[in-house]
Amino acid sequence: MDQLLINQGFPLLSTLIFLPLAGAFVLLPMRGDEACRYASLAFTSIVALLSLVLVAGFDTSTAAFQFAETHVWVAPLNINYTIGIDGISILLVVMTALIMPFCVLASWSYIKVRVKPFMICLLVMETAMIGVFVALDFVLFYILWEAMLIPMYLIIGIWGGPRKIYASIKFFLYTLAGSILLLVAIIWLYWKNSYSFFIPEMMWQPYGLLPQVLVFIAFFIAFAVKVPMFPFHTWLPAAHVEAPTAGSVILASILLKMGTYGFVRFALPIVPDATLLLLPYVLWLSIAGIIYGGLTALAQQDMKKLIAYSSVGHMGFVTLGIFVLNKQGIEGAILQMINHGVTTGALFLCVGMIYERTHSRELSDATGVGKYMPIFVTFLAFFSLSSFGFPGTNSFVGEFLVLAGTFEFDVTLGLAAIPGAVIAAAYMLRMLQKVIWGGVDNPDQSWITDLNSREIITLAPFLLFVLWIGLSPGPFMEMMDMSVTELLSQFNAYKAQSVAAAEILVGR
Amino acid sequence: MLFLPELILLLGTLSLFLVGLGSPALETVRKLTIALMALVVLATLVSLRQDGSLFFESYRVDLFSQLFKFLLAAATLVVLIFSELSPGIKSEVRAEYYVFLFTAVLGLMMLTSSVELLAILVSLELSSFAVYIMVPMRSSTSAGAMQMESGIKYLLFGVMSTGFMLFGMSYIFGLCGSTYLSDIATRIEPLFYQPAAIIALVMMMAGFFFKLAIFPFHFWVPDVYQGAANETTAFIAAVPKIAAVAVMIRIVSLVSAEGQTVVNLLLVCAVGSMFYGNLSALVQKDFKRMLGFSGISHAGFVLFGLLTLSSQGYATSFYYIIGYAAMNLTCFLVVCAVAPAGENLAIEDFTGLHQRSPFLAVILAIGLFALAGIPPFVGFTGKFMLLVNAFKQGHVLAVVLAALNTAIAIYYYLSVVRVAYCSDPKGPASQVAPSGLTTAVSVLLLIVIVAMGILPGAFLSLTSAAVGTIL
Repeated sequence: MDQLLINQGFPLLSTLIFLPLAGAFVLLPMRGDEACRYASLAFTSIVALLSLVLVAGFDTSTAAFQFAETHVWVAPLNINYTIGIDGISILLVVMTALIMPFCVLASWSYIKVRVKPFMICLLVMETAMIGVFVALDFVLFYILWEAMLIPMYLIIGIWGGPRKIYASIKFFLYTLAGSILLLVAIIWLYWKNSYSFFIPEMMWQPYGLLPQVLVFIAFFIAFAVKVPMFPFHTWLPAAHVEAPTAGSVILASILLKMGTYGFVRFALPIVPDATLLLLPYVLWLSIAGIIYGGLTALAQQDMKKLIAYSSVGHMGFVTLGIFVLNKQGIEGAILQMINHGVTTGALFLCVGMIYERTHSRELSDATGVGKYMPIFVTFLAFFSLSSFGFPGTNSFVGEFLVLAGTFEFDVTLGLAAIPGAVIAAAYMLRMLQKVIWGGVDNPDQSWITDLNSREIITLAPFLLFVLWIGLSPGPFMEMMDMSVTELLSQFNAYKAQSVAAAEILVGR
Repeated sequence: MLFLPELILLLGTLSLFLVGLGSPALETVRKLTIALMALVVLATLVSLRQDGSLFFESYRVDLFSQLFKFLLAAATLVVLIFSELSPGIKSEVRAEYYVFLFTAVLGLMMLTSSVELLAILVSLELSSFAVYIMVPMRSSTSAGAMQMESGIKYLLFGVMSTGFMLFGMSYIFGLCGSTYLSDIATRIEPLFYQPAAIIALVMMMAGFFFKLAIFPFHFWVPDVYQGAANETTAFIAAVPKIAAVAVMIRIVSLVSAEGQTVVNLLLVCAVGSMFYGNLSALVQKDFKRMLGFSGISHAGFVLFGLLTLSSQGYATSFYYIIGYAAMNLTCFLVVCAVAPAGENLAIEDFTGLHQRSPFLAVILAIGLFALAGIPPFVGFTGKFMLLVNAFKQGHVLAVVLAALNTAIAIYYYLSVVRVAYCSDPKGPASQVAPSGLTTAVSVLLLIVIVAMGILPGAFLSLTSAAVGTIL
């Protein structure tokens, strides 16, 4: 267990995980919608502040898991409660903690019925999501990974739009069916590692090639559904469109990242040989996702659908960056996960704000609001520019790094990804043009009111991060640098070792 | 003292019989039954640490049997509490109904202690015949004539599988020359090269396959679940299965390492049960029928632990059946509360349950998610441990198939949660309010489901200790 730097003082990570759950229990006996809103805002805000303490105490000079805690959980099966955080997961944890208060704010007036259950679902979600990013025991990971389906299903299924039943069931079935084989893979790894579920010790082990390929396939199906990669993406537009605003934000900003996080955390270090073998297929699927997502987004009339398909494209960039297996690629991919969380989350919030006014997500019903909602369109413009990677915004840095890594890996692949970036500009600018100015046949928007202060407070921090990461990505890159370097050096060492082993075999 | 729980149960049965001779008020009978069953639960707790044997060594009292007896009594108490006044039973025979219910529990309790073939047979028949009679006691206002049909089906299938079992027992006696399981265990071990030994053991298991509703002895399940009264079904779905697992553990532990054929056969039965149960459940409209099919697939999972032939596997099966009983009773509790007149419920009838009773909706959702095997509930933890044990024994393909089944199963459980939560009631919604005692019981069941799911260690070491006493 030398990969862990055991936390001696206050159990910060456990507090981050369980405080929202405690909040859910506090909410249970509460009466009155307003009280529930304030209570859940308070709990999520405390968690957000605590996550900043985590950043302050994070040591960027080591690749080991920090703030680690380990306790025996189920002794007969050797399941432990082991958590820890490293450069790959810290940004995701902090992003999750920071976004949740804004999800509560975004639901302030959007959710009118059954407020208390909604807030409880949000808080339970937060526990599961933070837990997934810090779990270092595979059973703990899997339990949280699956458990979050229940609150998310309810969020879509109860508070969703007209086709909520179809969307929620599709979401649940897809994600559950995808992760079933992951369970078998976990059991295999447990059996192979002398009955231990401790994740860091499963990494860089000399498993045979065939089992590696099978485990990789199990990982791939589970994570690719969550990302979602083309062609496993069909649940995403349905779920995004029907979910309430907070649900869409959670889905886009956090849930999708679990898939890509899974690739970096599990697929690369646990089954490196299979990764090397199957990587061309994954890379080209990513390209397919980028192009397909972009073209489909171009044709959408529904704003939420448009952003949902754009997510397919953006997440294609992330998987592309991960599997080119060089430093720019992976660091760009991790940064792009954060960027996508910030930008797409903000875009969904923007669409939600329009929807609260016009009760329609159709682009044609929202044309020409620029004249009456100047503050709103200012925000929207920044987020749209960020979405297609305009220089000076956060996505530019991420996409640039990913593309640089891709060109270093293979020029053809890089050239194939370029059109995706261009299409992104096309569909985002199309939406922006219509929303701000529209045409001669705009509906009458004069009754519409601009953002209120609660909504401005909700959007402003997102804008802050868009510009901060865009103009000064250094501090963010520094957080992940050691872990990514370590991951790649281990990977290359493993590769060299297995090549040497193969040469010995051939030499005989 | 060794026989205390059974004695109290026997006296309770007799007193209920005497009460039934008069014309007692229903409320009095109900209070009496609950009090008596609570007394039995207490007695099983008191005698939990007893150890000894009775009746010429054919009746073993140890932690294993006593723990099972406690579970049987506790599960029955839960059924008695949430069935309220048993509205589904003909009112003129309600006292007699409880007499048969108590007799059935008595038979099942004796079954868990029996370590001799004839004792097993007698206890099994004592419980079976009581249950056969309970099924057609449903009032015809709530079921039409369905209860007669299902009663007959239950009887015929039951008698048939008993026939199989007896035939197997006769072979075993012929091969080993003894009816004591302890003698059989040593004498059958060198005989596993003979097909006769394998056939004998498998046929003997058939009787309990029937109780546990394992493919291919599952045919009675859907009709009996639908035709029997809600409270009877709740009983049949949980209590006899617990006892069946106890006997199955005793029988399976007779199989030696050379009995790979038996293991393969059990594997086929397990995987067959899962696929048959889950695929059939997908298209059901009646809720109890759906739970019946889901029960078949869960029985397949229980078999997964048994066929590992390891004490760890047996302990996990034991653990799983406790969890299954809790989850299943949770669902039936909601059924009984939502159907106050004892009628059958279609899945559609749960529409908008969240408005009619938010509490029951939560209970139902947790029960169903747990049955579906979603963490952090006991359904997941149990399945996970069963799969781990099967994997250790090298049954990789079966593990993959079982995992796929979890994905199939989620759909039908989810479709019930969907109507309960995501749709609004069509007409004016009548409120459903469970009684105070029922609410308390449901909270208790929830605690069991969550506690067993999150902290399985304590429960697992208890079941391991229990299994350890018989091996």
